Amino acid sequence: MREGKGKGWSLGLAGLLGPAALWLGIFFLVPLALILAYSFGTSGIYGGITLGFNPGNYLKVFDPLYLEITLRTLVIATLNTLICLALGYPLAYFIALRGGRWKNALLILVMVPFWTSLLIRAYAWVVILSGNGLANRALQFLGITDGPISLIFTPQAVLMGMVYSYLPFMILPLYATLEKFDVSLKEAAKDLGASRWHTFWRVTFPLSMPGVIAGSILVFIPSAGEFVIPNLLGGSQTVLLGNLIQQQFLNARDWAFGSALAMMLAVMLIGAIMFYVRRIGTDKLGGI
Amino acid sequence: MAAKSGAGPLQKGMGKLPDRALLLMAGLIYLFLYAPILVLMVFSFNSSRSTRVWEGFSTQWYAALLRDQSVLDALYNSLVVGVTSTIIATIIGTLTAMALTRHRFRGHGVADSTIYAATVMPEIVVGVSLLVFFVAVGIGLGLTTIIIAHVAFNISFVTIVVRARLSGMDQSIEEAARDLGANPLQTFLRVTLPLILPGVMAGALLAFTLSFDDFVITFFVSGVGSSTLPLKIYSMIKFGVSPVINALSTVILVATMILIFGGSRFFMGKEDA
Repeated sequence: MREGKGKGWSLGLAGLLGPAALWLGIFFLVPLALILAYSFGTSGIYGGITLGFNPGNYLKVFDPLYLEITLRTLVIATLNTLICLALGYPLAYFIALRGGRWKNALLILVMVPFWTSLLIRAYAWVVILSGNGLANRALQFLGITDGPISLIFTPQAVLMGMVYSYLPFMILPLYATLEKFDVSLKEAAKDLGASRWHTFWRVTFPLSMPGVIAGSILVFIPSAGEFVIPNLLGGSQTVLLGNLIQQQFLNARDWAFGSALAMMLAVMLIGAIMFYVRRIGTDKLGGI
Repeated sequence: MAAKSGAGPLQKGMGKLPDRALLLMAGLIYLFLYAPILVLMVFSFNSSRSTRVWEGFSTQWYAALLRDQSVLDALYNSLVVGVTSTIIATIIGTLTAMALTRHRFRGHGVADSTIYAATVMPEIVVGVSLLVFFVAVGIGLGLTTIIIAHVAFNISFVTIVVRARLSGMDQSIEEAARDLGANPLQTFLRVTLPLILPGVMAGALLAFTLSFDDFVITFFVSGVGSSTLPLKIYSMIKFGVSPVINALSTVILVATMILIFGGSRFFMGKEDA
């Protein structure tokens, strides 16, 4: 990236950067610092909080009950990312390299669900999976089941809703890298005698890694913190980290423990991102 | 780009099977993406209360939607929040993008990291931290806190989009304007801004959509009577499946499609020119 002429601080620069610095400083960084402080505090019985240095909230995370929730969250978020990759890659590949003159139209068809409220997409699955919904009637019609079975309020239902909701987040960055892919490289590999399979795994896939990583981050991060989809499709059976955090702040009013959980989630995810971004650079993530 | 067909007939024949498999798979994934949405839309026209069994065509749920004052209030709140936060975030984000592309300064890296951190921070963390902050400083939860929160997450997205446009721009035009005696403000308003306008518009469109669709952060910073459309939909779903939600979803889906088709024609048309 070319940088401009301005060097060092000036009044003009302060004017350009000042509003964002103030807004993000006060309404993003200070609140984060506040929950960091709260995470070491002690919650009172009536919801108040006493600041101090109490590592108890973080130790509580390792209580088997809560540890199970954390592990379940990581498993579901990982499965979601892998399934989205397995479904999203062929489609992104198809649009980018076989789309021809339909490329834009095919891309817009992916963008419509991408821009549609996540709630509406989750609701569609509530309707389909519910007691007498289409999924159950299809199963009975096909003779797989005799009567309605419990499809909703299961971990599988949560995973289904997540894959459906986050698939476009995987397809778009994959498309962005595959679209820039130089087809002559593939032809060169073919000319040198590589099979289609070899060409794909040795040439195409490694070159599309920035898209794979960007897409995986875009899917993994929100699904690890998700609480709407498990609320609607998981019920009380499939509590994830997001639900636990929400409960601490809204129902249990244990803000110290809730803050510790939120900090843990943030550090875990930001750590994972930094690990990957080091490998591909931030510029490539910006082009989404 | 002309497709080169260097492959011999044999290779071509071998290539057909994977290509057909790919086509089939793409078709199935599109079906997966659209079938649930289409089912939702079809049942919004059902004449019975059922969202599962078709009993005839009716537009009664759309009429019920229009009579539901709480839905209209939520829509109004969403538009107020969306427009206000988009205007503020677009101005601040564009200024920030100018600072980051046109100036070198100490702290550039910190500013950069903060912008990216705000986009990748899990929404629930942003939501609860803002809730804690507003309670701690004693700001009552309502439309104002929702707007503040939306501006906070939108500044980064606008900055990233505008920045991409700015860094791809030929800076010699700005230098020429300055050499001809234009001051920095004139240069920005007469030269830079018209050139980056598609980027600014794209940033604003992104900001508005993110604001209009946001549920998680809004959920934590809203107060009594400041329900936005996503919050209203959530409480309706929690209350029970109903064709009114299908009707509302259909309206939002159709509006989204119109916005995307219109927007893509606008932006793609611009790139061709």
